[in-house]
Amino acid sequence: MTLVWIVLLPFIGGLAAWASARRNADAARWISLAFLAFDMLLLLIVWRGQSAALSIAADAPWLLSFDAAWIPPLGARFHLAMDGLSLLLALLTAFLGIVSVIVSWTEIRERVGFFHLNLMWVLSGILGVFVAMDLLLFSFFWEMMLVPMYFLIIIWGHENRVYASIKFFIFTQLSGLLMLLAILGLYFIHARQTGIYTFDYARLLGTAINPSTAMWLMLGFFIAFAVKLPVVPVHNWLPDAHTEAPTAGSVILAGLLLKTGAYGLIRFVVPLFPEAAREFAPIAFGLGALGIIYGAVLAFAQTDLKRLVAYTSVSHMGFVMLGVFSWNMWALQGAVMQMICHGIATGALFILVGALQERIHTRDLRRMGGFWSQAPRMGGVAMVFAMASLGLPGLGNFIGEFLVLVGVYQVSVPATVAASLGLVAATIYSLWIIQRVFHGADAPDVSVRDLSPRESAVMAALIVAIVWLGLYPQPVLNTAQPLLNHLQSTVHFEERLP
Amino acid sequence: MTAQSLSTLFPYIILAGTAVAVMLLIAFVRNHGAAAFTTVAGMALTLVTLPIARESASRQVTPLLRIDDFALFYSGLIVSAGLVVAVLSYTYLKSRGNRNEEYYVLLLCATLGAALLTASTHFASLFLSLEILSVSLYAMIAYPRTQANSIEAAVKYLVLAAGSAAFLLFGMALVYAELGTMDFARIAVVRNSLDQFENLILLAGMALMTAGIGFKLALAPFHWWTPDVYEGAPAPVTAFVATVSKGAMFAVLLRFFTQVDVHSYPPVFALFCVISVASMFVGNLLALLQDNVKRILAYSSIAHLGYLLVAFLASGPLAATAAAFYLVSYFLTTLGAFGIVTLMSSDKGLQPLVLFDAEREADSIEDYRGLFWRRPWIATLFTTVLLSLAGIPLTAGFVGKFYILAAGEASARWIPVFMLVLNSAIGLFYYLRIVVAMCAPAPESTERARGALQTPLPLLGGAAVSAVTLALVWFGVYPAPLIRLVESLVTSRGVLP
Repeated sequence: MTLVWIVLLPFIGGLAAWASARRNADAARWISLAFLAFDMLLLLIVWRGQSAALSIAADAPWLLSFDAAWIPPLGARFHLAMDGLSLLLALLTAFLGIVSVIVSWTEIRERVGFFHLNLMWVLSGILGVFVAMDLLLFSFFWEMMLVPMYFLIIIWGHENRVYASIKFFIFTQLSGLLMLLAILGLYFIHARQTGIYTFDYARLLGTAINPSTAMWLMLGFFIAFAVKLPVVPVHNWLPDAHTEAPTAGSVILAGLLLKTGAYGLIRFVVPLFPEAAREFAPIAFGLGALGIIYGAVLAFAQTDLKRLVAYTSVSHMGFVMLGVFSWNMWALQGAVMQMICHGIATGALFILVGALQERIHTRDLRRMGGFWSQAPRMGGVAMVFAMASLGLPGLGNFIGEFLVLVGVYQVSVPATVAASLGLVAATIYSLWIIQRVFHGADAPDVSVRDLSPRESAVMAALIVAIVWLGLYPQPVLNTAQPLLNHLQSTVHFEERLP
Repeated sequence: MTAQSLSTLFPYIILAGTAVAVMLLIAFVRNHGAAAFTTVAGMALTLVTLPIARESASRQVTPLLRIDDFALFYSGLIVSAGLVVAVLSYTYLKSRGNRNEEYYVLLLCATLGAALLTASTHFASLFLSLEILSVSLYAMIAYPRTQANSIEAAVKYLVLAAGSAAFLLFGMALVYAELGTMDFARIAVVRNSLDQFENLILLAGMALMTAGIGFKLALAPFHWWTPDVYEGAPAPVTAFVATVSKGAMFAVLLRFFTQVDVHSYPPVFALFCVISVASMFVGNLLALLQDNVKRILAYSSIAHLGYLLVAFLASGPLAATAAAFYLVSYFLTTLGAFGIVTLMSSDKGLQPLVLFDAEREADSIEDYRGLFWRRPWIATLFTTVLLSLAGIPLTAGFVGKFYILAAGEASARWIPVFMLVLNSAIGLFYYLRIVVAMCAPAPESTERARGALQTPLPLLGGAAVSAVTLALVWFGVYPAPLIRLVESLVTSRGVLP
């Protein structure tokens, strides 16, 4: 039941915030904050108790589970369950949710209640995605998080918001439907073999499928997750959506929505279709390496600061792709670390861009420069996260990228080389941001206020998180370990690819 | 006719009796409220008697009608939709001209025709019910006599419907000439003894009937009347045409072609496959070009009937459930959408000042600009309805689409299934256009609208639309009860294999 509350709390909080905003806009913010803080508290309690819970039984790796009838005629159940991976991502969701509410404090002044309703509902949908263990329920949550995100972009977004939001919606919806087709395909194949109509993840896991069908079904899932991740040929909704969204929207998009794609790859694509995934791995490697380099190069070519940060996401998520399809312990741990650290670091960069835009009303890099002298605190914070983004040891992203590279090296040397080249490019664009925005000639007629105490507090929390992940990642690794072990023991990949 | 068949026919008799009662009522007292109330009460009574009729159901009542679970389910759906349309019509007519009472007689007759259509098992009853429905509709569409575009729509509908009825009749005649019977069950028996591929006359008859049926369902390429009629007809009547008239025709199509076993008849089957895919594309692509909400909904309904045909093409119990569930969600969604257009047209305070005109309907996208900030509740309802049309979760539209995909996949109808997925993405674009308009800042000259913020929603109409939308969400989140109902009625004891 705790699990149901974890998903439901933001949903209820959103309604409460919406209702209270008619009287007082600040009430909506405080209520959202309170609900999210409580959600976070629940998750932390679960995290504290996890080592005990995990050691109980190896064949039931759930920390928490909730199972109830939902649509019996179809065999769909309301089955939520949480393991280490879900827990980590749920924690990230609650954390970035709180951050999003705080950074919108002054940015959002219109229709505050409806904004928080949408914000909280997105979070609820994302939490649902991370814990749904019934495939129909999963696709239900998958599409449910779309609508409020669409509203966040189209109502509170920037100049080109209509185009960006519709593109985002259509890309994700179409790919989501392909996934639904694949889910149905799996459902019918399983039913034909066993006579049991079920969408339950655990039951569908061992379904024997003939190889060509498995490849098609795997692609259905893969495309849906690839669009979210994003993988290069289907990434082009991302720069628009990230750029046009309000700050909180960008934080959630980059920090959480992209992670649902990565989560899907780890949870569904490889375990459900191991042979097909193994066969597909070389292509996935190519796509991942391409994404890393392509994203980095395009990031460097941007003049819109927010778009630049958006492209860095394409680059960073390429590492996750490599990590998942290497399917060994280093790479998988690296992918999980990368997901979390990218969420924090990129979220922070988007918050900084949002803060800049709130002050100087532009995101154009050519109109920035020399801000360090006016806003040293902001400059310092930007420096930390730029370093995180380029993978400086001591900050979380380094752990993630390093583990992925170690893992990938054992499988494919060319992919490792390509990914390392991406790291070089990351160094260039990260330093480029700092150079253009905070150093160089002063931008004329622009004055920048330094970070307010509220913003400083958020940034401090994010810095603590990223440094902690960089210096002492062991708790996170330990939490993910049992599940990854379990996955490894059920699905084997060959050591080396051709 | 025995007493038992009389009790089986009871719901239909009540419906017919209400039409007479309203007619007599008007002769003595001309009162809009009383006429509307009698209509609603009669329909509600009909709904109540449906379960009673079921006790003795599943029987052939006269050679023409068969009252079974299938017929009762679809009749219930049709009468419920008629009920909602009656409430909406009351709101709509009250805000305009006088002499509204006769409208309800027409509405009751049309509903009766549609309900009987679902029970028809004979060409004669099929055609008679269809004409009761159509003739009433001509007058309903032209009911606002002073409106040029309503008259235009009615004449268009009259000419084309008469033409398509002629096609249908000719098709029936050919089938009769070849097989010597007009009874569905006998047709199935006789047809099996013939060599199907050689028989051109039978094929031609089937094709002509398909044209006649396709017209009523507004499937491509028989869809040309749809946008004009939808645009010209009063909004509640449009709701009726889009739901009741199509639903009844689809039920009879399902009954006839399942009994005749069209799936074993490749040419007709292929024809329906083409029609289905063509309807999806025609509906969705042309809807992209529209600026009129009623026209958008018209084209969208063409596409939705195309989706529905996918369930028809797939066979088996899953397909029957899918079709019935989809039809329920389509009914709710369409009633909600046109209900909102009705509300917007009935309450002048809802429209932006620039567009204000006492007689016109709120059917331009401009009418909806900034609706979220002017009237949040209506805008929320409309958004929910549009998302359901687009098939987004938390609405019945998603479950319906899911069912259709499942039925299509179970029977391996890959081409229609993939076309459906592709078309869903296209469709999303124009549904979102309306949502975009509602989210946009309100237009400059909305002083009138601002002043109207205090006027409450038309009570009955607002309640009806809210109820329909809530049902949409309820069936979207927890569809199990509806699925069980559909399965127990449509699949198990019905005509379907």
